[in-house]
Amino acid sequence: MSSVLEAIEVSRRFDVSRPALQRLLSGERRRILTAVDAVSFDIPRATTLSLVGESGCGKSTIARLAVGLYAPSEGEIRFEGYPLSSARAQPGLRRKMNMIFQDPYASLNPRWRVRDIVAEPIRAFRILSGQKAIADRVGGLLSQVGLSPADGEKFPHEFSGGQRQRISIARALSSEPEFLVCDEPTSALDVSVQAQILNLMRDLQQRLGLTYLFISHNLAVVRHMSDRLGVMYLGRIVEQGRGEDIFRNPQHPYTRLLLDAIPDVAMVGRTRAPVSGEVPSPIAPPSGCTFHPRCPLANERCRVEKPSHTRSADVMVACHAVQEGRA
Amino acid sequence: MALLEVDRLVVEFPGRRGTLRALDEISFSIEPGEVLGVVGESGAGKSLTGAAIIGLLEPPGRVASGQIRLEGTRIDRFTDAQMRPIRGRRIGAIFQDPLTTLDPLVSVGKQLVETMQTHLKLSDRDARARAVGWLEQVGIPAAAERVGAYPHQFSGGMRQRVVIALALCAEPKLVIADEPTTALDVSIQAQIIALLRRLTTDHGTSVMLVTHDMGVIAETADRVAVMYAGRIAEIGPVRDVVLHPSHPYTEGLMGSIPQLEHRVERLRQIDGAMPRLTAIPPGCAFNPRCGRVLERCRVDRPDLLARGTTLAACWNMVPMDDVT
Repeated sequence: MSSVLEAIEVSRRFDVSRPALQRLLSGERRRILTAVDAVSFDIPRATTLSLVGESGCGKSTIARLAVGLYAPSEGEIRFEGYPLSSARAQPGLRRKMNMIFQDPYASLNPRWRVRDIVAEPIRAFRILSGQKAIADRVGGLLSQVGLSPADGEKFPHEFSGGQRQRISIARALSSEPEFLVCDEPTSALDVSVQAQILNLMRDLQQRLGLTYLFISHNLAVVRHMSDRLGVMYLGRIVEQGRGEDIFRNPQHPYTRLLLDAIPDVAMVGRTRAPVSGEVPSPIAPPSGCTFHPRCPLANERCRVEKPSHTRSADVMVACHAVQEGRA
Repeated sequence: MALLEVDRLVVEFPGRRGTLRALDEISFSIEPGEVLGVVGESGAGKSLTGAAIIGLLEPPGRVASGQIRLEGTRIDRFTDAQMRPIRGRRIGAIFQDPLTTLDPLVSVGKQLVETMQTHLKLSDRDARARAVGWLEQVGIPAAAERVGAYPHQFSGGMRQRVVIALALCAEPKLVIADEPTTALDVSIQAQIIALLRRLTTDHGTSVMLVTHDMGVIAETADRVAVMYAGRIAEIGPVRDVVLHPSHPYTEGLMGSIPQLEHRVERLRQIDGAMPRLTAIPPGCAFNPRCGRVLERCRVDRPDLLARGTTLAACWNMVPMDDVT
């Protein structure tokens, strides 16, 4: 099975310093935020890799890196074997990737009709020519996502949040992509609508053989959608492997914390000990393993030495405690 | 006697194109010390219910009919001046976004002191001591040093802790918590829910917990009301409603939530969307989306009907053994 997307030791840093003059006056140093820190993963064709984590963990930065909206500061991303920077330069490859955004209100141009929104990639990549052919294709796409071809005449404000997300999906599919990056596609939606969109995305994946990079903070949604899973904390993937393995046997203390923290309808009447502490600032991350201030298993080594990824029961884990068998 | 009784409450928004009925004859009660969860999708009227109780309906919204009784006294006709001693003192409120709830220009200690002195007869010194005490109770580290800090100096989770302290510091009997954890990350959310549960148990406070997250309700509430299109679809003990829903909407809602415990191939989905308030169908509001719809459902609106300990507004409830 070939990988569609492969990330090799990718890092992305942002300069969040104050303006040079102010820095000079107050004697401040440059402030660098490491949003993504030496992350590696690959996504085999027609599968879903999900990245999950709390806000500020770098998952949306990876989404943007994966479609080339950001360039990596270090490392390399390969799309179907080509470095992403050169793939982006070839329209033939570029049309094979697309993105679905979180906010269905902000991601559709309010002044365009739906048919023009959906047709934009078709026109931009010159996939079809002739009004008739394009109109037919747009109608087909709208039917495919559960809307009616006549909806193409309407404007985005005439649709509910769930229907708008269907329009986003139709637009994303219009360039006949093989790879879709979905950045929190359902977190702005109500649960019953979320179920409709998640079912639609899985149907489309099976029918069209799509590959997904799925970003979410909701572990239950991630479990439902993914083949493979990466748990992120402060810019690093701390645990990565098959979804089934991680959910059955979470190894990294942070993964366990996340799984313990989620309110679940199956938990009715049960109580649990909540976890303490908050996510530290990514501008000044803690030394060693960045999770150590919140980790119940932390020891001296965790405070000074950054853990590397090691394979444990088919899952990649970055944790000294797991490696030493203390977990 | 119930602490709060809401009886056939109707909230309307008069407008140029006719009057919108945003809450349509909803009835429920909250007992002393009880946590009532209110769930529903956006636009179902959950937040509006909370706003109506505390007398903070945005004009032109108004209570058109029905009653709200707090410890037997009708408060739905109260003027602003009459409501002022009730807000904070007898009904506290926690809203979704802690940053807009707190005054950015006043230190958190001062905000606590001000709230307590408005409602309780306390000297400056006592109020100050209590403010530190409340910050300690809600788990703010080094409370004595941070009492003079301003809201922007706290993280999101810590701010929501301050908001909880503010809501509870005048010792109200009832707290309305409207999506108190929606703006927070999951690991923080669990801390805040546990804190809210512990403090309200300690102080014997009743809570009306408004949220769209069924998981939060399942773990926190004693009873739950499921709202749909401005009406209560089902209300009952949380275990019955979650595990054995009676209303087809509740059943669909539960089935549409992805579960951590087991993975299903497809989520159960309710097709369509909640009707707009301008176009609520006659009969049961859920009938166009319902899989169990009868002819009667299209013409005759069901009242809340009892089944065991649960009440559901449905002519054709989900059979007990049919629940997945």
